[in-house]
Amino acid sequence: MISLNVNGKNYRVDVPDDVPLLWVLRDYLKLTGTKYGCGIGECGSCTVHINGKAERSCVIPIKEVRGKKIITIEGLPENHPVKRAWIKEQVPQCGYCQPGVMMQVAALLSEIRKPDAERIINAMDNMICRCGTHTRIKKGIKTAVQIARKEGRV
Amino acid sequence: MKSHPISRRAFLKGSLAATGLTIAVSVTPSGYRLLNASERKEEALSAFKPNIWFEIRPDNKVTVTVASVEMGQGVHTALPMIIADELEADWKQIKVRQGPAGAEYKNPVLDDQLTVASASVRGYYGPLRKAGAAGRAMLIKAAAETWKVPEEDCKAEKGTVQHKKSGRKLTYGQLCLKAAKLEVPKDPPLKKESEFRYVGKPMPRLDIPKKVSGAATFGLDFSLPDMQFAVFARPPAYGAKPISFDEKAAEGVKGVRKVIPTPQGIAVCASSLDSALKGRDALNVKWDKGTHPQLDNEFIEKSLIADLDKPGSKVIEKGDPKKALGEARKKIEATYFVPYVAHATMEPMNCTAHVREGRCDVWAPTQGPLTAKFVASDVSGLPLQKVNIHTTFLGCGLGRRARPDFIVDAVLVSKVVGKPVKVIWTREEDIKYDAFRAAMSHRIEAGIDDQGRLIGWFHKVVSPSIMKDIAPQAVVGGVDFMSLWGLADFPDSPHENRIMYDIPNFYVEFLLSDLPIPVAPWRSVQNGPNAFVIESFIDELAHAAGKDPLEFRLQHLRNNMRAYRVLETVAKKADWGKPIPKGQGRGIAQHSCFGSYVAQVVDLSVNEKDGKVKVHRVVVAADCGPVVNPDTIKAQVDGAVTIALSSALKEEVKFSNGGVKSANFDDYSVIKMSEVPEIEVHIVESKEKMGGIGEPGVPPMAPAVGNAIFNATGARIRRLPFTPERVLSAIKK
Repeated sequence: MISLNVNGKNYRVDVPDDVPLLWVLRDYLKLTGTKYGCGIGECGSCTVHINGKAERSCVIPIKEVRGKKIITIEGLPENHPVKRAWIKEQVPQCGYCQPGVMMQVAALLSEIRKPDAERIINAMDNMICRCGTHTRIKKGIKTAVQIARKEGRV
Repeated sequence: MKSHPISRRAFLKGSLAATGLTIAVSVTPSGYRLLNASERKEEALSAFKPNIWFEIRPDNKVTVTVASVEMGQGVHTALPMIIADELEADWKQIKVRQGPAGAEYKNPVLDDQLTVASASVRGYYGPLRKAGAAGRAMLIKAAAETWKVPEEDCKAEKGTVQHKKSGRKLTYGQLCLKAAKLEVPKDPPLKKESEFRYVGKPMPRLDIPKKVSGAATFGLDFSLPDMQFAVFARPPAYGAKPISFDEKAAEGVKGVRKVIPTPQGIAVCASSLDSALKGRDALNVKWDKGTHPQLDNEFIEKSLIADLDKPGSKVIEKGDPKKALGEARKKIEATYFVPYVAHATMEPMNCTAHVREGRCDVWAPTQGPLTAKFVASDVSGLPLQKVNIHTTFLGCGLGRRARPDFIVDAVLVSKVVGKPVKVIWTREEDIKYDAFRAAMSHRIEAGIDDQGRLIGWFHKVVSPSIMKDIAPQAVVGGVDFMSLWGLADFPDSPHENRIMYDIPNFYVEFLLSDLPIPVAPWRSVQNGPNAFVIESFIDELAHAAGKDPLEFRLQHLRNNMRAYRVLETVAKKADWGKPIPKGQGRGIAQHSCFGSYVAQVVDLSVNEKDGKVKVHRVVVAADCGPVVNPDTIKAQVDGAVTIALSSALKEEVKFSNGGVKSANFDDYSVIKMSEVPEIEVHIVESKEKMGGIGEPGVPPMAPAVGNAIFNATGARIRRLPFTPERVLSAIKK
């Protein structure tokens, strides 16, 4: 049995301790917003927050997150500036990679209120989107920054 | 070309593991489909459902059935917009239901229920307008009868019918059960386009909130109680067969339920994905070398280029190209090559199936629900009416998901174990067992006269058959028109994927390559590779003629005003002809496909030390005829430009030892945010015939980049992708 804290709730799951966090979230906790894209930490579709940092859940064995606070896309509040910006700018196309992308952006904005172009590229360059929403992701980030600033949050 | 009736069963038997879809080679008369009397009687009790496209219930909700599948192209919004407009529904009333698989849902342009060929909006636009208009007419009649007033005195507006004189009002919810008893008009009057409320306006997509919250269900997200997980050990080389495998060891892994050898590989079915993967490792399969052990990238390229010297089949012969070339003032010849490219959709292939006594259910992210139904029926052995296809959201499609191989996998395993089964392709399988965008080789010889006019053109193409796995009967006389799309098309094709230039003497020859690598449509099908060749070569000709590339193109497009106009527009928006920063290059290209016309201008820099290409800006002009959702059109063009740039700069599948070597995003590299330029999209206002928009943004990109590299460096690169090594070696030459 492994104890987990996800989106503020405690869970106990009976899985081998080498199973990646991604599959525990998806198949055991039914939190399917976090996506499988590559399984080797290359694409970013599985990005979640672990103790506030953006991490790739497909390469993290479940035993390594004992006692840590995990937040998934479902745990990011609906009124979070990133979620609102993503709707305002109509960012997603197929939408499959976007939960990971949004979690990456949310972590970036919690670190730095107004990232410059270079910081944005550094944070986002290893995220893969096959629909080609990159242009709107950039727009979405700008809008999220504005929303956050207006409301004095993030 | 008229429709080719095929026996799906006979066809499926031959190529079960490949695919079974029919393709769009015929056009059926479009019409909205009325429900027959018996269907209506059942529905009349609880809802107003005058046709298969929508229903209104007393709770005032309007549920629109969308026959196409949602893969990011916004069809779950665009098609409801058409109905809502003609129905005069309030947008807030609209709910969307993914349509089931059924012949009645066929797209009139395709004569199949496929979401391919950028055909959804242009195909369903007419039928859905009529369907909505019929509903509006019936609701008005129901209100007029209620109030005992003439219908002419009533008008429908935003989900209500109003009596103009008295101001009385009834909602569609209040009227629906009465309307349900009325006769459905055969030819209801349509709104004037100037009265459109939603069509033509940028409407927010209905599927986006779910995709932002994380609640959207893609194929991989679907699950059932007691569902099993299955993965396959698949052959590492084409045609390879297992020599040995350790079934006992696999079945000894905790959670593994069954090992199932199949024609497409050895399935391991388990209670969790983790167990299935560990079971697959334990199988320790030894494979033979397969049918083409010598196959690698060099072998492929040599084979396709060598085939250019072999005789092929004549596709087009116009005028007297031989004589024209003899009289030409200048002649140029060039050979081009385009490699295999993977789809690599972000959601890997997957499917969940449950085969029970007398019933088969399939939950799949598929572009071809009807194909899925035929395939599931065939594999399960159950009649079609016992098969239910539930289409989920698709994590991108790109053409890959019209191929039903992943559906075969899941139905087969579920049939054997008698439980619901989810089959997951790992990313490695998704890339290795993809059916790629076909590699091809081209040789062109063309001549210009002393006025710089194009007078003759010989074009030889060698390509694997795209249609072999889709509709083999449509490959006639050795000619596969889908391989030729953009250069030549079926005689009566609704897509008009032909070369648009005026060439008085023109000859096209085609030869099928017999390479064993499976291929399939990839966003824009071969319009992409073929436009790369045609538009790069047109640039070569412009240079040979001493003309500006824009001017040379316009000179040969005087009989094609739509192509002419997008070129003019893009040139103006991109300041064509004005000086550009030192060290930069600028290129232009145009292409039309699926009824739409697109031109692009690219500004880029080439680092002459390491050969790296940095694209700064892409300007696009597109004429796709009347517009339904302009915001989606812009998003689709952004996406098309981005993936086309990815394939032009970076993508090539690697092969070795008779199979695919590329396996994941670490060795199959795709575009990153730092490589995506500014993209500016201009929609050219047009009252011409409606075209598609999912794909037409792809083809001009690669040649525009190649032409800009030539402009910057003087090096002409006739092979994709434009990797730093290739660019550097071209500059050094």
